[in-house]
Amino acid sequence: MTQLTITNIKRPGSDQLESVTVENGVIQGWNLGEVGEVIDGRGGTVAPALIELHAHLREPGQTEKEDLASGLAAAAAGGYGTVVSMPNTSPVVDDPAIVQALIERADGLGLARLKPAAALTKGQQGEQLAELTYLKEAGAVMFTDDGRTNENARVLRLGLEYARSLGMVVSVHAEDASLRADGVMNEGPVSEELGLPGNPAAAEAARVARDLEIVAQTGARLHVQHLSTARALDLVREAKGRGLPVTCEVCPHHLTLTDEALRSFDAIYKVAPPLRTQADADHLLEGLLDGTVDCLATDHAPHTRAEKERDLLSAPSGIAYIEIAFPLMWTRFGERLGLEKLLDLMTAAPARVMGWPEPTLEEGAPADLVVLNLETEREVNPAEFRSKAKFTPWAGETLKGWPTLTVVGGKVAFRREG
Amino acid sequence: MTASTLSRPRHLLDFQGWSRERLTALLDNADTMGQVLDRPVKKVPALQGLTVCTAFFENSTRTRVSFELAARRMSADVVSFAAGASSLSKGESLRDTVEVLTAYKVDAYVVRHHAAGAAHLVARYSGKPVINAGDGRRAHPTQALLDAYTVRQEFGTLEGLTVAIIGDVRHSRVARSNAELLPRLGARVVLCGPATLLPPDLARLPGVTLTTDPREAVRGAHAVMALRLQQERMDAGYLASLQEYADTYQVNERLMAEAESGAIALHPGPMNRDLEISSDTADGPRSRIVRQVENGQAVRMSVLYHLLVGRE
Repeated sequence: MTQLTITNIKRPGSDQLESVTVENGVIQGWNLGEVGEVIDGRGGTVAPALIELHAHLREPGQTEKEDLASGLAAAAAGGYGTVVSMPNTSPVVDDPAIVQALIERADGLGLARLKPAAALTKGQQGEQLAELTYLKEAGAVMFTDDGRTNENARVLRLGLEYARSLGMVVSVHAEDASLRADGVMNEGPVSEELGLPGNPAAAEAARVARDLEIVAQTGARLHVQHLSTARALDLVREAKGRGLPVTCEVCPHHLTLTDEALRSFDAIYKVAPPLRTQADADHLLEGLLDGTVDCLATDHAPHTRAEKERDLLSAPSGIAYIEIAFPLMWTRFGERLGLEKLLDLMTAAPARVMGWPEPTLEEGAPADLVVLNLETEREVNPAEFRSKAKFTPWAGETLKGWPTLTVVGGKVAFRREG
Repeated sequence: MTASTLSRPRHLLDFQGWSRERLTALLDNADTMGQVLDRPVKKVPALQGLTVCTAFFENSTRTRVSFELAARRMSADVVSFAAGASSLSKGESLRDTVEVLTAYKVDAYVVRHHAAGAAHLVARYSGKPVINAGDGRRAHPTQALLDAYTVRQEFGTLEGLTVAIIGDVRHSRVARSNAELLPRLGARVVLCGPATLLPPDLARLPGVTLTTDPREAVRGAHAVMALRLQQERMDAGYLASLQEYADTYQVNERLMAEAESGAIALHPGPMNRDLEISSDTADGPRSRIVRQVENGQAVRMSVLYHLLVGRE
């Protein structure tokens, strides 16, 4: 195994330039001199590689949108060392053989590390539990019917009980489908003015309230995905106050965009759950600051350009921006959150949600690292994206905090020149 | 080029960017167009050499005929594109379709689509003037203009008038466009319907009030417009029964008696007779429903003239 030394890097909170040497996939030590291959970190800040708990990599079956190679390359370019992929592919990841195949394929790519989530129910139909034991044995790290909404409460309860016995996390897309109805954007003054069918905030809050009652009943670990409304966040805060074993994530797009963006009628802004109001976004940020929100996740959801150039009723939901998530958060909220907190939300916090060891920069720790250039500004150019989805709401925006080097298992998974 | 020419709106997608003065000029100009329609030869050369494409991604006969006649009476060439029930109605290749049509040197588009905002997308993809002929629940600006024109024709002004709009407000682009237009021209709008079909957020629009009580809605109204009720609303749970709806919200002589003494009855058509409007009222002396259709052509000629004449 070759050695790699990254020189001229700073640890968070320090101005001192240091070097780190990695070998056999672990951090061998600090300031050991120029050992093995040497990469100049150019004064960047080093941190454990980011962890994404919620990405759609579209393989198998929808590889015109994304595949493991493009999705994991995009993740590495975004500074991510680990990605939990969602199972709503075609076919659905509800079969241990698919889980194994995905892991094997990803291992050979030398990009970000893949940790597949598997479906909670067969075909994500919400009716019959998938073979959760076998799925875990095959390498699935989480169970979720994300993309669907667990309409059958009893099945969710059974799934939570089963997952609990396996020590696994169940994550949910918390949205009451009957209340959502045909809504394509946040229900409110903007949707009424635009004449677009609305998805009420109550659709999320009602479902979160239901699911939290099931958590209280079962004591099982539940992770609520992509919270978008102030009310649902308050419900989670209250549940945490009661000591319930619940965690939640929010997505940068729900913090940085609002339903006003739909005035463009551009389907790039169509996401599920939808972009809400500024008051919701402000409340979510408060939730990040006060610790109610456990971690950030992008819900990286690539689609083809043609699909997103449809009208708002027929275009699919989702945006893909795993490559710029850190720069976006650092540029917009770096001052309010601080570097340490932001890094925690994107590295250690997701690990805690999953029950994984917290990543560190200490000797002997896994060599999954990212070097971030916190100062240099750079324009978002979707043409440079590794993702197949080469469009983004933030195209042309100037951001700072770009990853310049991502190391996964001691090997370079991404390097930005210039 | 004068400043007013520079600020002239390029499209009629909704009324954003349209000043009161410009809207008034547009209605004034419809008077002139109406005179053309009264001549033995109903044709003027204003749009000679220009090609107007009516791109209808959603079925509509009346609006399309009205637009096509309006364009032809001004000597434009007209090409129709009907996506109907094909995959285009899902908007899958809206951009491709528009780019092809634009390559055929179309000068302007009249667009109808089932999705709100589709006309905006056609404007973006084509770069040509676009008239929205109805997009989902969003807007149907020429319908609102012809409604305003019809009311103004009756009372000489819109200033200080009240227009009550009764029915399925939630799904109505006609209601939204009227609620946007009429207050700009000085009228008050009262939107009325069962609570399930009356989004409370519309009360934030300036000059617009909401009520679920039809008698309250028509009190002091100079014009009462019944909206078409789509029967599938009952299956979707918005209504308990069509009978209950008709008994409560039908625009009929009993209800009209509570409006101002000279109040007129309007309907954007096509009508469900004896559901949202009684035949007595639809065919009675207060009805201006046929007049609305007549005025539609003149108003659409005025819109085409306004957007296309004098442009490069």
